[in-house]
Amino acid sequence: MSKVNNFSTADSRWINWFKLSSPSTFYPVAGKLIPIFWVLTAIFGIAGLWVSFFVAPVDAVQGQGYRIIFVHVPVSWMSMLIYLVMAAWAGLGLIFNTRLSAMMAQALAPVGAWMTFLSLWTGAFWGKPMWGTWWVWDARLTSELILLFLYLGFIALQASIDNPRRADKAGAILALVGAINVPIIYFSVKWWNTLHQGASVSLTKAPAMAQTMLWGMLLMTLCFWMYSIAVSLMRVRTLILEREAHTDWVRQLNEVSR
Amino acid sequence: MMWNSPSEFFAMGGYALYVWSSFGACALVILLEPIVIRMRNNAVIRRLKQQLIAECFDKESSQ
Repeated sequence: MSKVNNFSTADSRWINWFKLSSPSTFYPVAGKLIPIFWVLTAIFGIAGLWVSFFVAPVDAVQGQGYRIIFVHVPVSWMSMLIYLVMAAWAGLGLIFNTRLSAMMAQALAPVGAWMTFLSLWTGAFWGKPMWGTWWVWDARLTSELILLFLYLGFIALQASIDNPRRADKAGAILALVGAINVPIIYFSVKWWNTLHQGASVSLTKAPAMAQTMLWGMLLMTLCFWMYSIAVSLMRVRTLILEREAHTDWVRQLNEVSR
Repeated sequence: MMWNSPSEFFAMGGYALYVWSSFGACALVILLEPIVIRMRNNAVIRRLKQQLIAECFDKESSQ
């Protein structure tokens, strides 16, 4: 008897997962998840800012100016992570021909572009006092700039094709081909002789920084991570409404029919 | 305690321009992006509502 029960629960779990890939079931679920991610953003943000300004000690070489690290490194990590997630969703959409995957990719592109912009912006404001220049054409900075153009190219390509399904396909190919740039950014400081310093945190060796600094960076990364999820869920809901406007379930939504 | 006074905190050891421009830009993006999405979402919902009303009119006038 118990075996039969196990089967039926496993079965229903599968059905639930597949159900979530339909825009009509995902729309209300995303709506419920958004507030949770905003709360997490606030918690990690407050904790992260507290550590970055009041706990982490002053740097021996760079003085208080080094505190830019607490936003620069998190937004740079997120700019690369979001691109990989976006390319993965786009690839899934291409393979399985699911509408929602393509919408997820489209919803992630703007927040990824903003993270890349912030990475370049905070980098410039860190480079000016420490290197004496806002910008250099070194491998790390140039490949990050290319990442920004990849995001903008993806957004522009999707916007320029009227048929959404064809736009999804063209965007997916651009996103997948562009994914090669992410390892190039990550390893650029190893492969080329750059003005940009090497990785601050490495998986293979012990971090070369104070423990509290590491905590600050991790908390701020979690803050930007939760923010990215919250914002892309908000955006994907808007995209679902736009693209599914002709369907009955959208017309019967409370916020539309009242 | 790291800072002796609020003014010392805001001066950031002489790096005020660079530190606050970096954190300020991040804060600005994080605050503005959700507002822009909200506005777009409201615009989509308004358009959908108008479509529904227009269809109701069509039905009534054809009867």
